[in-house]
Amino acid sequence: MRLTVNGQVQEAAPRPGQCLRTLLRDLGWFGVKKGCDAGDCGACTVHLDGEPVHSCLLPAFLAEGRGITTIEGLAGPCAPGDGLPEHLHPMQDAFCDAQGFQCGYCTPGMIMTAAALDQGQRQDLGTALKGNLCRCTGYRAIRDAVAGIAHADLSARAEGGPVGRSLPAPASRDVVAGRAAYTFDTAVPGLLHLKVLRAPHAHARVRRIDRAAALAVPGVVAVLTHEDAPRRRFSTGRHENPLDDAADTAVLDSVIRFHGQRVAAVAAESAAAAAAGVRALRVEYEVRPAVFDPEAALRPDAPLVHDPADRDPPRPGEDAPPLLAHPNLAAEAHGTIGDVEAGFREADRIHEAEYVSQRVQHVHLETHGALGWLDAEGRLTLRSSTQVPFLTRDALCRLFDLDRDRVRVLCGRVGGGFGGKQEMLTEDLVALAVLRTGRPVSYEMSREENFSAATTRHPMRVRVKIGARADGRLTALALRVLSNTGAYGNHAGGVLHHGCNESIAAYACPNKRVEGYSVYTHTLPAGAFRGYGLSQTIFAVESALDELARDLGIDPFAMRRLNAVRPGDPMVSTSLEPHDVIYGSYGLDQCLDLAQAALADGGGEAPPGPDWRVGEGMAMAMIDTIPPRGHVAHARIRLEPDGTYALAVGTAEFGNGTSTVHGQIAAEVLGTAPERIRLIQADTDAVRHDTGAYGSTGTVVAGQANFRAASALADSLRAAAAERAGAAPAECRLTRDGVETPTGLVALTTLAQGAAFEAAGEADGTPRSVAFNVQAFRVAVHPRTGEIRILRSVQAADAGRVINPMQCRGQIEGGVAQALGAALYEDYRFDEVGAVVTRTLRNYHIPAMADVPVTEVLFADTHDTVGPLGAKSMSEAPYNPVAAALANAIRDATGVRLTATPFAPDRIFRRVMAATETAEA
Amino acid sequence: MDLDTITAVLRPARLDDLPAWREGDAWLAGGTWLFSEPQPALARLIDLSALGWKAAEISEAGLRLSATGTIAELDRLALPRDWIAAPLVGQCCRALLGSFKIWNRASVGGNLCTALPAGPMIALTAALDGTCLLRRPDGGERRLPVTAFVLGPQRTALAPGEILRCIDLPASALRRRTAFRRIALSPEGRSGALVIGTLDRAGAFALTVTASTPRPVQLRFDAAPTRDALRSAIAAAISEDSWYDDVHGAPDWRRHVTGLLAEEIREELAR
Repeated sequence: MRLTVNGQVQEAAPRPGQCLRTLLRDLGWFGVKKGCDAGDCGACTVHLDGEPVHSCLLPAFLAEGRGITTIEGLAGPCAPGDGLPEHLHPMQDAFCDAQGFQCGYCTPGMIMTAAALDQGQRQDLGTALKGNLCRCTGYRAIRDAVAGIAHADLSARAEGGPVGRSLPAPASRDVVAGRAAYTFDTAVPGLLHLKVLRAPHAHARVRRIDRAAALAVPGVVAVLTHEDAPRRRFSTGRHENPLDDAADTAVLDSVIRFHGQRVAAVAAESAAAAAAGVRALRVEYEVRPAVFDPEAALRPDAPLVHDPADRDPPRPGEDAPPLLAHPNLAAEAHGTIGDVEAGFREADRIHEAEYVSQRVQHVHLETHGALGWLDAEGRLTLRSSTQVPFLTRDALCRLFDLDRDRVRVLCGRVGGGFGGKQEMLTEDLVALAVLRTGRPVSYEMSREENFSAATTRHPMRVRVKIGARADGRLTALALRVLSNTGAYGNHAGGVLHHGCNESIAAYACPNKRVEGYSVYTHTLPAGAFRGYGLSQTIFAVESALDELARDLGIDPFAMRRLNAVRPGDPMVSTSLEPHDVIYGSYGLDQCLDLAQAALADGGGEAPPGPDWRVGEGMAMAMIDTIPPRGHVAHARIRLEPDGTYALAVGTAEFGNGTSTVHGQIAAEVLGTAPERIRLIQADTDAVRHDTGAYGSTGTVVAGQANFRAASALADSLRAAAAERAGAAPAECRLTRDGVETPTGLVALTTLAQGAAFEAAGEADGTPRSVAFNVQAFRVAVHPRTGEIRILRSVQAADAGRVINPMQCRGQIEGGVAQALGAALYEDYRFDEVGAVVTRTLRNYHIPAMADVPVTEVLFADTHDTVGPLGAKSMSEAPYNPVAAALANAIRDATGVRLTATPFAPDRIFRRVMAATETAEA
Repeated sequence: MDLDTITAVLRPARLDDLPAWREGDAWLAGGTWLFSEPQPALARLIDLSALGWKAAEISEAGLRLSATGTIAELDRLALPRDWIAAPLVGQCCRALLGSFKIWNRASVGGNLCTALPAGPMIALTAALDGTCLLRRPDGGERRLPVTAFVLGPQRTALAPGEILRCIDLPASALRRRTAFRRIALSPEGRSGALVIGTLDRAGAFALTVTASTPRPVQLRFDAAPTRDALRSAIAAAISEDSWYDDVHGAPDWRRHVTGLLAEEIREELAR
């Protein structure tokens, strides 16, 4: 058939059941994204004869004779693979000016939809854009883009350096024009497609796999089962020290430990053939009893998740290893300071309750996936959607017995991470298939797989007991944490450990105790997730503190001022052992003042009706700016012959804004402009090592390495210019194009002709500092339906020196929005055999535009002595105080203390009704 | 998403050209549901769009909605002035979980045939006494009230090979006063309860409950009921264990909010 795409008449032969989305990608229009492939997220939106449609839902044959516009052609006709147009469409310009994106993966669909709205629809964006989901921004920047409100600082300022300015992301125009290449946005000739058969049981042994019928399917090239997989085990969780996590996972295993685990994989010439091959596999299982609940899993007679009868049990992870003998224990954390029982005896008031945080998913809009091939030298190469290319490379080397120089891992632009991509969930299988077939192989998870077989936040039950004297001073604080790590122990210890640390180290209390257990169950594995355990424990501690403050008649802000640590106080959770966390700066006092003042300023929405109950609440969070146990980054920067700079760093860009910040830091140090810095990133060939962009380290560790490399280069450039000019280096100053000396300008191009200028820098992630966030809400709660509306949202953040205020604001707004999803809506549901029921975005509701209030972001004025140029981390932290602040506001409005998220109307209405009726009576 | 098991698409231009129905066939209208989930049991799609059915016909008798007309076309209809139920059309279109982009493709008939409890076209047509015209594979026809067409979640009265041709809404129903209430777990979320009340000139009151129940439930009263009469009629028609349960609302909440919404409707129509 013939169709017209972006003004190009194209011939196509769609398969009978093909949708337009994949046809357009086959034709080279990679700006058409796959977020869900089910009509829920809108990332694939195109115009069909001018009308916006979800191309994943449109049968491809219906496009015959029609005119289609994709993001690439929104500004005018173009051919597949064409570069940026000279002029963008006004809506694309508006998204640049407002920086209405972070990872940018939802952006093409968002812009295609926004560009089709009429004036009436623009007045009600919550409704008009309900078919477009963004996980990064929290939507404020998107609203501003559609309204034509600009934020990006585009001025060519001569004075002052780039740090502290709201410069746009260097990839902005590529992102809004659909040219930014994500993991799969590249055509690979001879590509095989891989599909995975997933287990229909939560616990079983694979007796037999009959692959004959699958191999007979036309197009099927290989079937991979546990018989083909390496015998060595690994952890999908990646850390600088691989021994932190138990090596308990196989590429393909003969024992099934959760419903949805990989059973076998089929590689074929097309995705359809691979899927047919998967359907043709015949597997016999010996089904075993399963345990889903962590409490039940610790009973003496519980089914064992890693049964010593199957194989030698895995060596536990070295971060928080288990102490007890139960084989279902993956990790434990214990510790005491002072005398907790004596502390409770001293208390005038005690609050004790259990707080439950549910399982939630990252829902990065780009699902997990990797492309692999052997390069011209036969080197295994993977282009992956990962936050940790170097650690993935190292894991593959170990798994397949390959030297480091035989494996390369790199990233395109990554469509969101949130911790979910600090795991190796696809690369091992792609590597196996590439090594087995010698062909390029692609494995892209479906959204269903991403929900049912990738990782989640750790569900936790946190029992907190907290005591205070009548004056509000805390006397004792005790936590008992039960964490469900699922079938595998990736991040079991780290999350437990971290969750029990800053949540209580934030308070100066002489007596503290932690008892934490992370337990294996036959459920999908939990893993790294924004906040890394803190969102769950902070929900408990900050709710408990609120309850205690109420009981004592103390204002919640005052309660924090009284008890939170101050510079000089030791930051201890449960151990007095020395550590490397220092007060590089301290802005909690400012954050408390800023949030309290903003809440009191009279701003915000009015309640929806006279019968709604209104209340206010707040919570705080502290976070170490770098994870413990080692975090390394290397950077290299060199002067190019044309007088620009090439900067190589290891970190990936997944919406964290690290690319913008790297350019700003290097340009600041070198006295130039960020557009003179060309960034080479996220490639194991680029630098020696980089632990990766997790634990909020993009700015504070990789940025530090960059700062050191750029500083060294600046020194050598000044020295070289000084020598030429016969001056002292201290008399020379770097500018955009050269070095100013007392005898005139020495051009960078001149210096570059004379010698090679290159410098390296590294950072080892120690010492570490602390960052603070204070969230405050005013809410309205309907006393009979349980509906909640947020009338005012404020977050004050202590981010040190803010390198890019616009971008940092976006990180905070996005963190609040994601946390509101967990606090209000998101939850997993399982059926009786342990299968995930919530497998689509229409059944797992992440915040849409109408769900997210505007959050006013306020920054403390601090300058950190640890971070580069005074900066601190600010990517996980904004998430952490949100659930507790919301619970505390609901408590204030209704009298109900909610102890389990999400606060969905159907779960809370009975308690809200009972409490409000009591209050009326 | 791609439906890999589909091996053929048939596009008959006339009803007489419809192929003999076989296992693995599916009628394709807008495709917004068919292409939104894996359909491993399907082998052929029979596209109804080439039949060229007119989206809607207005006559003295009432409004005929063809099964293949889109929600966008329905929303754009200009209805006669004395059909004071007209606002219900827009309210029900807006109750669709999908955005206006889905309206451009999704069909009214598809919403009925998918038979999700929250299907707002089910609510609209049930509340306005809609009748489904079904065409049998042998060419014969039969009629069923919408309330008898939808049997439960993703279950209808359609026999294999039978087509939903159109839905007829009588003019008398379109001349009733209406009141619409909807609630969901999130502001623009899938309906947890969608309740519609109608009042005719003679004072007869009808309440149609959807989304909170597995299939539409209609309660009719010769005159507007009292608060207690309405409450007991709901309790009598919908037993405590038959409220719908899925991730879009717990059954006890659906029962509770349906009661609240029904009472609001009763009060509104009494004014």
